[in-house]
Amino acid sequence: MTMIFGVPLAVFMGQLLLGLINGAFYALLSLGLAVIFGLLKIVNFAHGAQYMLGAFVALLGSRYLGLDYWLALLLVPLVVGGFGMLIERLLLRRIAHLDHLYGLLLTFGLALIFEGALINLFGVSGASYPIPEALQGGVNLGFMFLPIYRGWVLVAALAVCLFTWFMIERTRLGAYLRAGTENPALMQAFGVNVPLLITLTYGFGVALAAFAGVLAAPLYPVSPTMGSSLLIVVFAVVVIGGMGSILGAVLTGLAMGLIEGLTKVYYPEAANTVIFLVMILVLLLRPAGLFGKEA
Amino acid sequence: MTLTKKCLASSIALATALAAGGAQAEISDDAVRIGYLADMSGTYRDLAGPGGLAALEMAVEDFGGSVNGTPIEVFSADDRNSADVGANTVREWVDQRNVDMVAGMVASSVTIAVTQVLEQYDKLGLVSGSAASSITNEHCTPNHIHWVYDTYPLANGTARAVVDQGGSDWFMLTADYAFGHALEGDVEKVVTENGGSIVGRVRHPFPTSDFSSYILQAQGSGAQIVGLANAGADTVNAINTASQFGLTQSGQQLAGLLVFLNDVHAMGLDATQGLLLTTGWYWNMDDQAREWSERYYERVGRMPTMVQAGIYSSTMHYLNAVEATGSDDTATVREHMMSQPIHDFFARNGHIRADGRMVHDMYLAQVKTPEQSEGEWDLYHILATIPANQAYRPLAESQCDLVQN
Amino acid sequence: MDTTQTLSPTRQRQRRAQWRRQALTLALLAVGLVAPFVAYPVFLMKVLCFALFACAFNLLLGYAGLLSFGHAAFLATGGYVTGYLLASYPGLTPELGILTGTAAAVALGALFGVLSIRRQGIYFAMVTLALAQLMFFVFVQSPFTGGEDGLHGVPRGELFGLISLNSNLAMYYFVFAVFLIGFAIIQRAVHSPFGQVLKAIRENEPRAVSLGYNVDAYKLLAFVLSAGLAGLAGSTKTLVFQLASLTDAHWHMSGEVILMTLLGGVGTLFGPLVGAGLVVSLQHLLAQSPLGNWVSVILGLIFVVCVLSFRSGIVGEILKSYRKNFK
Repeated sequence: MTMIFGVPLAVFMGQLLLGLINGAFYALLSLGLAVIFGLLKIVNFAHGAQYMLGAFVALLGSRYLGLDYWLALLLVPLVVGGFGMLIERLLLRRIAHLDHLYGLLLTFGLALIFEGALINLFGVSGASYPIPEALQGGVNLGFMFLPIYRGWVLVAALAVCLFTWFMIERTRLGAYLRAGTENPALMQAFGVNVPLLITLTYGFGVALAAFAGVLAAPLYPVSPTMGSSLLIVVFAVVVIGGMGSILGAVLTGLAMGLIEGLTKVYYPEAANTVIFLVMILVLLLRPAGLFGKEA
Repeated sequence: MTLTKKCLASSIALATALAAGGAQAEISDDAVRIGYLADMSGTYRDLAGPGGLAALEMAVEDFGGSVNGTPIEVFSADDRNSADVGANTVREWVDQRNVDMVAGMVASSVTIAVTQVLEQYDKLGLVSGSAASSITNEHCTPNHIHWVYDTYPLANGTARAVVDQGGSDWFMLTADYAFGHALEGDVEKVVTENGGSIVGRVRHPFPTSDFSSYILQAQGSGAQIVGLANAGADTVNAINTASQFGLTQSGQQLAGLLVFLNDVHAMGLDATQGLLLTTGWYWNMDDQAREWSERYYERVGRMPTMVQAGIYSSTMHYLNAVEATGSDDTATVREHMMSQPIHDFFARNGHIRADGRMVHDMYLAQVKTPEQSEGEWDLYHILATIPANQAYRPLAESQCDLVQN
Repeated sequence: MDTTQTLSPTRQRQRRAQWRRQALTLALLAVGLVAPFVAYPVFLMKVLCFALFACAFNLLLGYAGLLSFGHAAFLATGGYVTGYLLASYPGLTPELGILTGTAAAVALGALFGVLSIRRQGIYFAMVTLALAQLMFFVFVQSPFTGGEDGLHGVPRGELFGLISLNSNLAMYYFVFAVFLIGFAIIQRAVHSPFGQVLKAIRENEPRAVSLGYNVDAYKLLAFVLSAGLAGLAGSTKTLVFQLASLTDAHWHMSGEVILMTLLGGVGTLFGPLVGAGLVVSLQHLLAQSPLGNWVSVILGLIFVVCVLSFRSGIVGEILKSYRKNFK
């Protein structure tokens, strides 16, 4: 058997693939953060909670309304994204003229509220969400048994990332968005409704988080605390990537998934820590992050 | 000679009776005060939490609300899984509210901190929620009793049973902190002593949300049994992932070392079916347990976990002791509690050892398949009873100062 | 307008402000001395420890304009180092334990500072958060912290080998003294030229650079000072409760200290004290009430309300209305 650093090739390949799948989650979430940050300059601390809300709404929808997975994948991001727009409209807008740190603090407070309320209503053990029938079972790839659902997660997440990149970099709406990021006052003068653009952008970023939540629901137990631990990792990913570009967020997310996956084989004890170590290294060498522009 | 001896004996008896009478004379401050301390809002909420408080209140109500005419007061607090919040709360309960007994206690860090405060102030603690066997080993005090279970019987019971059934090659999936290491050590000892072996292990960070990589490593190890030396959300995640990767279909079996009813309920039977585990009690194990559980269900809307049942049982035993001795003095009550065997809907063949460990029969259970289950909470088969005297760490191995070795 | 005429009232106002500060400090001293006879001393000690923690945090946010989301790491480092030393070396006196814990926090602060002060605003917050998270993993894994179980049985010992701290009253006065020392250091720093430069950097960093100040050095010094005082708070807290646990290292703790400061008033001297007192009392009251389960929801609501309509905090708002009415 071919060995790579003392690990059979098959296991090595399997771990790479799993790392990539986790990386796809990081990519989706850091993408949402990057989009929101781009226009609102707010670090959305509620991102983890919104990811959790996505999973929860899907779960409750299937439990009480019989909402099936495919519909949930479409509708839940709309619902949670709409809720996000409401938050922007009613709360974030009122502090938009202030130091952006207040936005971070406000969203942190919101995260506490969402998490705490759901813990009281549904407990912390969480519940499981069934894998949709069409995606049950698995395929033998030769080097590993891959549950079909995980394969689907990878494909779906990458497709959404690509779609978002296309939207922002290649369409008129995206051009407005980028221009609004650079100079909102000028855009307003050109007759673009910037406040609406901001509301939509926040809603879209939140919808991305909710989409990741629905994707995650069949993989992990759906519990109110599922987002908070993930959020810190995603923050580290964002610091490494530098929030300079959409592509940067996606690539960094995937790369961090791979690095974490390999750590799980060679030194599992450090699996949760490795991303932070990479972050320190990057900060020492490139304080603005891999894809970031020096301010 | 005989006369003097008799005289001496009777005067000693009289003196003892007087001394005891002195202690008996009153229940301090005209109330028996019970504080319930548990995680009411965090990770362990479903294990004890508000449901445990309900069980405690049930016990007080069933007892009649007063002891020999002295009212029983219950208050509660959320320890938020924080040792300093827990210790601080109990300190204040003693200083400001004259608490006599503290019940509940889940996270081991909180329990160890609280029992030290209780020892300092000479009050009694009845620990029901904690898992660490160190609570009645190196951390034992004359001021607390550990009621429901600990890691020793959980690891032992499950590991022994699995090896007996022919599962000799183990892969250990261990949470990388003291608790996981201790559990792994206990299992390794039992497995190797019974002729099995540990063929591989991986230590995952605590906490971990994605177990796919570790499950893949377990699959590649060729072991028959994958032992989960972790707890709570980690265990839940590991079991879920194992089911997605078809671990059991490919001929391997999972052994959960610390799995609770609320965990199985949360994961559902699809993911957990066939899982072997050890439990201190199960609501549907016999008529007595069922009868109590149905009353509890009406009140709370969930079936009780073993911890919640244990809170009722330990409180009842305590109140009986207070009634019998007419005192709420810690040493008097504890001594009486230790002198009485415990045999109720919860504990069979139970008694309290010198180290404060309440030993009772434990049960080896297997999670039902979805087809076998007849209701939302119909989750376990009880496969075997592990007798009280074999289940727990023998006193001969104890490091507790209260035990003379 | 004649300059001498404007200068003199300014000087007068400054003098009045100084006088007011001294009066307030004296009042604080008096309240602190009497307090343990009115309220429960252990509770007061908790308030004082968190007040010191919040004051240390405020030094960084309020005067240097840096929002650290990782201050829990310093609180925990101070606590663990002090706790470990006192529990393992029974001969050690508490003040030495506290000093060593504080020194450890200072060292960690220097390391974090070097890594993080190159970034500003939101980046700075995220970098400190991630670094603190790294420390959390270190604390979980290290054998000396007791991991999940925590570090227990820390003896309070005898101050200078002479005064037993086992009585709550003696312990209280010691904690109060520590708090006053920490508070005095902060007050001194804020009103010194160093503090003025920090404020200048906060208001306009490029201008401070062009005036020739080594901005990074000033920020680093403020960061280290803040980290050290947070460590002092953690060390003292460990001595009071005789234990150290992971709660202090968790990022929720970093959030709580922000809340305390924000609620009391960012950039005011007494704000963090008021905020810490309120948050600790609130948690205390809620924990034992039927609303206990809703603690985090209520804290979250306070956060939102503070940010939306109460940004100067309680003390800040009082100062504002005072200035409006008496100017």
